[in-house]
Amino acid sequence: MSKEWPLWEVFIRSQHGLAHKHVGSLHASDAEMAVNNARDVYTRRNEGVSIWVVRAADIVASSPGDKTALFEPSNNKVYRHPTFFPMPEEVKNL
Amino acid sequence: MNEKIDGVKFDYLLRQGDNALILSQQLSKLCGKGPALEEDMALTNVALDLLGQTRMWLTYAGELEGAGRDEDKLAYLRDAHQMRNCLLLEQPNGNYADTMVRQFYFDTWHYFLMLGLTKASDVRIAEIAEKSIKEVTYHLRRSGDLIVRMGDGTPESHAKTQAAVNALWMYSGEVFLYDAVDEAMVAQGVAPAAEGLRAQFMEHVSEIFAEATLTMPDPAAWMQKGGKQGRHSEHLGYILAEMQFLQRAYPGSEW
Repeated sequence: MSKEWPLWEVFIRSQHGLAHKHVGSLHASDAEMAVNNARDVYTRRNEGVSIWVVRAADIVASSPGDKTALFEPSNNKVYRHPTFFPMPEEVKNL
Repeated sequence: MNEKIDGVKFDYLLRQGDNALILSQQLSKLCGKGPALEEDMALTNVALDLLGQTRMWLTYAGELEGAGRDEDKLAYLRDAHQMRNCLLLEQPNGNYADTMVRQFYFDTWHYFLMLGLTKASDVRIAEIAEKSIKEVTYHLRRSGDLIVRMGDGTPESHAKTQAAVNALWMYSGEVFLYDAVDEAMVAQGVAPAAEGLRAQFMEHVSEIFAEATLTMPDPAAWMQKGGKQGRHSEHLGYILAEMQFLQRAYPGSEW
């Protein structure tokens, strides 16, 4: 099955969602079947959703070994973080 | 007079409900047996959709009858000769091609029938059809897609699908063989006319079969009938025995 049915990653934008979120993966023989299956497995056919399916092989991920090089520098540059602004009392939950 | 018309409508509602009920029961048996996890999910999803539709049809039928029979009594306490489903739906699951061809024939006429029923003069029927059509549209898309994949797949899948197409063909047209109940429903502005329905069915089926490289059976072939009148094949008794066991053994239980 893994030979004929490649792995697809599924991204779904829910009814009131702003962006597609990765929800999981599934096996399907092509994109059309992947969309059909995604409806069955991940949305329970909720109306007003948008589905993206991407062949898992087409996704390039950053490697865990690169973590320091990619993300560390920004952590010790505190001036890049918007944490020095006094907020008015009236503004809640920002 | 009025009583008679309601009796006719009651019968017509049972036909809709029983079609969905028996197919749902058949598909439920495949839970955990699908050829792939995703297919398994899809089959059970369709079964659940159909069961939901069954409940709406049978609830309305029970209310119309006014004899205190709710959806459960109608589903669990009628015997084979009182069931009104088409013969196609009680045919065994067989292999996956058999299951999907049965589904495809049903989905096709079910879709066009529901489309017609959304315009029914009876508001309640129109509402149920309206709700069902969303699900049925999806069922139709899916089963057509799979017929194309299997027909236009390997030589083996092609042969199996063609065999299923031929074997089940004689059960595909019962729904278009209108009897007095159907005719009365047409006269009341509820049911769509048989001829238009049949033409839509043939057109869609031949389109999908062409794409699937399958040979279309003879549209004028002789069709089996009897299910709508309560004369069933030998398969239904077994289906009901399994489905109704608990209610028969412990009548009137709450669950």
